Amino acid sequence: MGDLLLCKDIALGYEGSTVVSGLNFRITEGDYLCILGENGSGKSTLIKALLGLNKPISGMMIQPALKKVGDIGYLPQQTSIQRDFPASVREIVLSGCLPKCGLRPFYTKQEKQLAETTMSRLGITELATRCYRELSGGQQQRVLLARALCAAQKTLLLDEPVTGLDPKAQLELYELISELNKSGITIIMVSHDFTAATRYASHILHIGAQHQLFFGTTADYLASDVGKMFSLDAGTQNEGKVSDNG
Amino acid sequence: MGDFAAKLQLYFSYPFVWYALIVGLLIALCSSLLGVTLVLKRFSYIGDGLSHVAFGAMAIAALVGLTNNVYIVMPITVISAILLLRTGQNAKINGDAAIAMISVGALALGYMLMNLFPSSANISGDVCTTLFGSTSILTLKESDVIICIVMSVVVIAAFLLFYNKIFAVTFDENFMKATGIKANVYNLIIAIITALIIVLAMNLVGSLLISALIIFPALSAMRLFRSFRSVVICSACVSVTCAGLGIFTSIMAGTPVGSTIVVTDIIVFFLFCGLSLIIRRKNV
Ligand SMILES: Nc1ncnc2c1ncn2[C@@H]1O[C@H](COP(=O)(O)OP(=O)(O)OP(=O)(O)O)[C@@H](O)[C@H]1O
Ligand SMILES: [Mg+2]
Repeated sequence: MGDLLLCKDIALGYEGSTVVSGLNFRITEGDYLCILGENGSGKSTLIKALLGLNKPISGMMIQPALKKVGDIGYLPQQTSIQRDFPASVREIVLSGCLPKCGLRPFYTKQEKQLAETTMSRLGITELATRCYRELSGGQQQRVLLARALCAAQKTLLLDEPVTGLDPKAQLELYELISELNKSGITIIMVSHDFTAATRYASHILHIGAQHQLFFGTTADYLASDVGKMFSLDAGTQNEGKVSDNG
Repeated sequence: MGDFAAKLQLYFSYPFVWYALIVGLLIALCSSLLGVTLVLKRFSYIGDGLSHVAFGAMAIAALVGLTNNVYIVMPITVISAILLLRTGQNAKINGDAAIAMISVGALALGYMLMNLFPSSANISGDVCTTLFGSTSILTLKESDVIICIVMSVVVIAAFLLFYNKIFAVTFDENFMKATGIKANVYNLIIAIITALIIVLAMNLVGSLLISALIIFPALSAMRLFRSFRSVVICSACVSVTCAGLGIFTSIMAGTPVGSTIVVTDIIVFFLFCGLSLIIRRKNV
C-alpha cells in the first residue's frame, strides 16, 4: 500500500485571498479520510485542489497516484447541471466511463457492463431509462454517485454526499461507501456529520479558523481536545433525535 | 392533382431546385444536431450573434472586393465562435452579454461599411437579402452545393465521433475536468462545428432566421423525449422533415424559402406541445 497523496504546508484560496493554510496530511491507498469543518472553512476548496481544478497558493502537493486519468471519481457538492437537461439515468452513469475511453469515440461492451453493474449495486437499475430531472433528490444523488463510481476504480472524492437524503438513505449511503472502501477504493469525503464520520472513517482531517485543527486516525481524533470538544457539541445536538427515537 | 404533379415535375427538371433541396436538407440536419447542445448550454442566441458577425464580415468582403466571400466570412465567424464558446460553463463574463456585444457591434459595423462604401446601388435590398436570405437558396451554384456537402460531412462526422464527449461536456463540464478529461478541447470542437453550421445556414435561411433553425427542432424534441440520444435523433428528424416540407411549400406557393421553413418548424413545435400535454394527461 503506497502513498496516494502527500500534502505539505498547503495554502488554498481564490485570487490572492487565502481561505485556509498550513494543511499537512497524507493519504494512503485504502484510507477512508473524512474532512470536517464548519461552513466556509475551505473543505470544498481542498477537494477541488486535490482534483486539480484549482491550484494551491503555496506548499507542496505530491500525488503519485491521483493524476492518472480513469482512476478518480468525484461527487461534487453542487452540480452545474441544468434543470431542463434531457438525460436518462443510463446515459449519465455511462458518462462516468468516458475517462477510460480516451480518443475512442464509443463505449466498449465492458464499459456498458460496468455501468449496469454499478447501477444495480446502487439500486437504481429500475430508473435506468428515467429522465434525471424527474427523479427525487436522493435518487439523483445515487445517480451521480454511480457516475462517480464508474469513473473511480481507485479513488472516490465525495463532497457532502448525504445532503438532502432522508435518514434511511443516509445510512444506506454510508454503509455503501464503507463497503466500497472495504473493497479497496480510497475514500475522501467531506462531511458535517460528526457521528457518522468518526464511526466509518479511518482518518480525520479537521479544518477550522483558516488552519488545520487536526489530522490523524479516528481513534486519535476522538482522544484529542478538538475531537472531544466536537463530540460534546455533536452529543448535545443529537440528544433531541435520540429521545425522539426512544 | 394531375396539375400539381405536373408542376412538381416541371420544377424538378431544373437543377437549381435540386440544389436547393440538397443544401436545405443538409443544413437542417447539421443545425439540429448541434442545436440541442447549444440550447442546453444556454447559447440559444449564438446563432443570431454569429450571423451578425458573418454579416459584418460580408461587408468587409464586399469592401475588399472579394468575389467569393466565404474565404473571409468563414474565418471571422469561426474565430468569433471560438472566442464565445471556448470558456464553457465557467465563463467570468456572462455568455449572453458577450454574444450581445459581439452581435450588436458586428451588425453596426457591417451596416456602416455598406453605407460608406456602397458596392451596389441597392443597399437596403442587399441588407434585406443578407438578413432574410429570401432568394439566395434558389440561386446556388454547383460549387456552393459541393462546399455545402463537404462541410456537412465534416460536421456530421465530427458530431458522431465526439457524440459521447459532447454529451458529457454539455451535461457536466466540471465533472469531466475533475476526472481528467480535457473539457476545453471539446468545447473548442463544439465551437468550430457551430461556426461552420452557421456560416452554412446563412445561405439557406439568412441571418435572422438561423436561430430558429437551431432552436425550434431542439425545443420540439425536448417536449416529447427524455433522454439525450432520443432528443438528438428526434430533433434531426423534425428539422429535416420541416426543411423538406418548407421547401416544397415555398416552391408551390411561391413564398420565401427561409421563412416558410421556420413557420413549418413553429407549427411542429406547437403540435409537439399539444402531443406532450395529451401524453401527460393519459399517464396521470
Ligand atoms: N469561486 C470562488 N471564488 C472566490 N471565493 C470562493 C469561491 N468559492 C469559495 N470561496 C470562498 O472560499 C471559502 C471556502 O469555501 P468552501 O466552498 O471551500 O467552503 P466549505 O468548507 O466547503 O463550506 P461548506 O461547508 O458550506 O460546503 C469561503 O469563504 C468562500 O467564500
Ligand atoms: Mg463545501
